[in-house]
Amino acid sequence: MLHKLTVPISAESIAALQVGDQVQLSGIIVTARDAAHKLMIETFVRPPQVVEQTELYARLKELLAGGVIYHCGPVVSQDDRGRWHFVAAGPTTSIREEPYEAEVIEHFGMRAVIGKGGMGPKTLQACQDHRAVYLHAIGGAASLIAHSVKEVVDVYQKDELGVPEAFWVIRVEDFPAVVTMDSHGRSLHAEVKERSTEVLQTLIAH
Amino acid sequence: MQQPDLTDQFVELIRLASTDLQADVEDSLRAARDREEEGSAAQGALDTILENIRLARQNSTPICQDTGTPIFYIHYPAGWSTLKMRHQIREATATATARSYLRPNAVDSLTGRNSGDNLGDDFPSFHFHEWEEPYLKVDLMLKGGGCENVGAQYKLPNVTLQAGRDLEGVRRVVLDAVNQAQGLGCAPGIIGVAIGGDRGAGYTRSKEQFFRPLNDQSQVPELASLEERLTQEANQLGIGPMGFGGKTTVLGVKVDTLHRLPASYFVSASYMCWADRRRTMIYRDGEVAFE
Repeated sequence: MLHKLTVPISAESIAALQVGDQVQLSGIIVTARDAAHKLMIETFVRPPQVVEQTELYARLKELLAGGVIYHCGPVVSQDDRGRWHFVAAGPTTSIREEPYEAEVIEHFGMRAVIGKGGMGPKTLQACQDHRAVYLHAIGGAASLIAHSVKEVVDVYQKDELGVPEAFWVIRVEDFPAVVTMDSHGRSLHAEVKERSTEVLQTLIAH
Repeated sequence: MQQPDLTDQFVELIRLASTDLQADVEDSLRAARDREEEGSAAQGALDTILENIRLARQNSTPICQDTGTPIFYIHYPAGWSTLKMRHQIREATATATARSYLRPNAVDSLTGRNSGDNLGDDFPSFHFHEWEEPYLKVDLMLKGGGCENVGAQYKLPNVTLQAGRDLEGVRRVVLDAVNQAQGLGCAPGIIGVAIGGDRGAGYTRSKEQFFRPLNDQSQVPELASLEERLTQEANQLGIGPMGFGGKTTVLGVKVDTLHRLPASYFVSASYMCWADRRRTMIYRDGEVAFE
């Protein structure tokens, strides 16, 4: 089933999503990967909270309430007027953010995480507790996904973290993804691994 | 002999590798697409992949944003300066990065700073070999981080998998590696396996398997049949494209051997994502050709 989602996403639209559903997402989302998650957790989320009221924090609170984080380190280009463009922008492996993501979802009130490869039990639990989903983009489909990025709205921490690790604020239209972890406790990744491990046991049984 | 400046040609080699997938890989992905169930998430993933390959080629943009570690294998005739080639390729790498064919990917492990131009310590990576041929051959592989992270090295015997020091043991650990990887290496991938060597040589040889065309079979009959059996059995695992579940988990398995120490029996398995980016440049009699 195909669902069209618009950011900010309501709890009701998330509840309607089931594992295996396809979605097309539109609105403003934020890229964040390893260094960005470490920064969010250490600077904004975990006590002792020394939340400096930085522009970045204020912006994230606004964008991520009902919002979406995309695990992505893009290839970008800059035009003559200094504007940034996404040239290639597929998902990166999400499991590296497993130690952080549940807290980020809770802290900011996020509704979705986009990435690839799925995430673990902590994030799955957070999706249940806070009405969120994990959306799987097609790994490597970077040129195609870049076409759904209509505008680079802003970038934070580019000089400090480098291009792949920066927070890119982007406007997307009909960004294609598949629900692989829903808000009802199902994970396609856990189910596929369980089955493949059973087959492996058969293949290597004496 | 006057050694030519091939910097521009190296930029083109990088552009082709990053944006124009080899036909054998694309054909194999198309065949995989037709095998999957109509309307399944697996088939949807392969449709997206095939459309992405087309777009990347048409627009000359990277197939995948993770343009990986550029790994160069350079076979050169006697008398060529490897130092000059190294300089030219490093310059070409920085130019290709400025043109957005490559993402800046070289990160200082101590400070976390990205160099911004893909130049760093052993970055890009070089393997120089002088040979007896009268021409220059440069093979380039772009090896992404997602699939690099799911590579695995086993020390046989392995009690958990009941894998002994023989080809049956190799079969067991390779299937385990594919199962551990699930969709994380961007399945359907290609598995390169090296039996033997030390830890470093084993991994290097396992990655060199990715330069072999997909239809290439090992010259050693036992290894050829192991390659075929592993490909078939890995696909029985049902992990499927992107790990969504499905019929194609790997596009192929390539196996090679190295001598080892009596005390060591390593099996090194490297994973190459479906975006198997490899290209070859030949320089002969003043002419450049790309394969």
